Amino acid sequence: MHTTEQLSGGPDVADLTIDVRNLTRVEGEGSLHLQVRDGVVESARLEIFEAPRYFERLVVGRTMDEVIDIVTRICGICPVAYQMTAVHAAEAAFGIDVDPAVAALRRLFYCGEWIESHALHLYLLHLPDFLGYPSALDLARDHRSAVEGGLRLKRAGNHIVATIGGRAIHPVSVRVGGFSRILRRDEIRALRADLEEALGLAEATIDLVATLQPPTFRRDMRLVALRDPSAYPMNHGRIVSNDGIDLAADAWESLFDEHQVAWSHALQAHAPDGRPYLLGPAARVTLDGDRLHPRAAAALDRLGLADEIAHEPHWSIAARAIELVHAVAEAIDIVEAYEPPLEAAVAWRPRAGRAAWATEAPRGMLFQRFDLDEGGCVTDARIVPPTSQNQAAIEADLAAFAPTVLERPRAEVTHLMEQLIRSYDPCISCATHFLDVQVEELS
Amino acid sequence: MTLAAATSGRTAVPARPRIAIVKFASCDGCQLTLLDLEDELLAIAERIDLVEFAEATSQRSSGPYDVLFVEGSVSTPEQAEEIVRLRAASTLLVTIGACATSGGIQALRNWADHDLVRAAVYPDPTMVDSLATATPIADHVAVDAEIRGCPISPAQLREFVTALLVGRRPGLPDEAVCAECKRRNIVCVAVARGITCLGPVTRTGCGALCPAYGRGCYGCFGPRESANGPGLARWLERDLPPADVARAFALFNAWSPPFRTVIDEAGGPPGPIDGRPTPEASDAHH
Repeated sequence: MHTTEQLSGGPDVADLTIDVRNLTRVEGEGSLHLQVRDGVVESARLEIFEAPRYFERLVVGRTMDEVIDIVTRICGICPVAYQMTAVHAAEAAFGIDVDPAVAALRRLFYCGEWIESHALHLYLLHLPDFLGYPSALDLARDHRSAVEGGLRLKRAGNHIVATIGGRAIHPVSVRVGGFSRILRRDEIRALRADLEEALGLAEATIDLVATLQPPTFRRDMRLVALRDPSAYPMNHGRIVSNDGIDLAADAWESLFDEHQVAWSHALQAHAPDGRPYLLGPAARVTLDGDRLHPRAAAALDRLGLADEIAHEPHWSIAARAIELVHAVAEAIDIVEAYEPPLEAAVAWRPRAGRAAWATEAPRGMLFQRFDLDEGGCVTDARIVPPTSQNQAAIEADLAAFAPTVLERPRAEVTHLMEQLIRSYDPCISCATHFLDVQVEELS
Repeated sequence: MTLAAATSGRTAVPARPRIAIVKFASCDGCQLTLLDLEDELLAIAERIDLVEFAEATSQRSSGPYDVLFVEGSVSTPEQAEEIVRLRAASTLLVTIGACATSGGIQALRNWADHDLVRAAVYPDPTMVDSLATATPIADHVAVDAEIRGCPISPAQLREFVTALLVGRRPGLPDEAVCAECKRRNIVCVAVARGITCLGPVTRTGCGALCPAYGRGCYGCFGPRESANGPGLARWLERDLPPADVARAFALFNAWSPPFRTVIDEAGGPPGPIDGRPTPEASDAHH
């Protein structure tokens, strides 16, 4: 569990190996391996060695309500994303129409997770890189009010999740057909004060981001996100890309596939043309910018970084800031309009079939598919988290970025590579789960 | 060293302890709980040296540590070696959460035939290191204290850290969820609504969260001291077939002995995660 940084080669950086064991300020356990020979990047790998936990097997034999409770445990940072994807998949398979108030609450729930997760990443994990600190706790010694503001923003997100789900991590109330109890109007309205403050903090985050000076690295990347007919994508949408992909969310497996590679306990996902793709806030802001809440759209106009967000991975921090404004502003709208449903959950009966759905986790699109028997129990499952889909794109970016900085002192090269990895907000705990793998032959 | 000794003010834990937080197989949620103490995090950080916490800081230390918080269960050969090294480097070792304390949800694979799981999962199993079992930290090294829950509760973590810093014994109650449920005046979901609830055998700490949200306790804080798992199972079996009773126990603390006994009596957890026949569940949906 210590950092070993192995550096070799002469000052001309003709040959260079950088190994950072156990990357910091990411969720879960991963390493960076970069190999340069004769000045050419030979390999750039995000190595994922988080211990496998076999979730697709653990859900076999379980009901979809049990699946909601189990898949939540894949990730402590984005439990809502796992619950939302599973519950929507189940309701689609069982032909359930939920109460509009339940649908609104679920969107509010997702806003809460985006706020919590984005504030965590932006202030506690990512911002220290831009300002030259090893952690947000060190950053707080010199910039206490900024870090305190980030923590209050994060708290506002957790407050939403805990109100609807009982607690911030692994909430308990999501059930097939609705929730386990009716959320009263006064409980939801009580979020209002926190969210009013959070909106100011989110807009202040935009101003903070505008002062940052990330390293320059520009490239064209295939971006993939959900697209909803009217809303910014969270719980619903078709899968679209900036190069023409357009398919139903439950049809992920008809286009994409996963492969095992030797250096990762996460499967890497690929499109049939083999071209990597990137999910997450930058993809969403780029592909769904016209669906942003007016407050967030105005913030993006003011910030003026839409082109950078689409082409420069370091500017993902700006996309996260925009989505913070969006999620807080939309949460306020939902809180204002909320009227409780008539019943906590609608009655339903299980049936055999295939339950498949995708939602937008904070880090990008999350796909789940469950094959169900007549009793509604799982016979087979596939779970494809955003980070395992992003892994190939991250590696492609590392390979493209490395040659532009190799002349610099090696400690700086290492730091720059780590900073680039952190800009994708990789969730390595999520990524490791895998099953039904195909071996990719490596030369 | 016991926790009582460590927190009695007569110990080697200094006023400004060197603290490390590490993880094994887990979801990161329990260590995230420290960062979820939004109102106290910066104040706590001023009182401790957080020398190893990969999720939050790039500063690293391989030890020694005054207090080591461990999240996650031991699931790979490397982890089985690493926990021994970490134990030797630490004065106090505290497990945080169900994975570290009882194996976690991934311990469901402990009932499966590992060779069958491997064959079902990997075309090339040599590419992945995985032990046949996911086991609690206490199966490998001595543990000084446990903070329970899936995930741990922010209030209990705050209480533990506060007690540590002021040198007193932490107040982590061992009573059943039922006791807290009664104090909150929640109508019993098991008696009034016939909902399967593990409250009688589960340690409190959540605030009787699930009954407060209209569902039965699903045991995420694990068994309380001297929990009678089979006793509750017999009571539940008045209305449910044994396989359905067992599935209620077969979640995040399935491998803890009082819950494991119930699952074993029913022939194992629902499954089959390794492709073998599974015990019959007459009506899985209730």
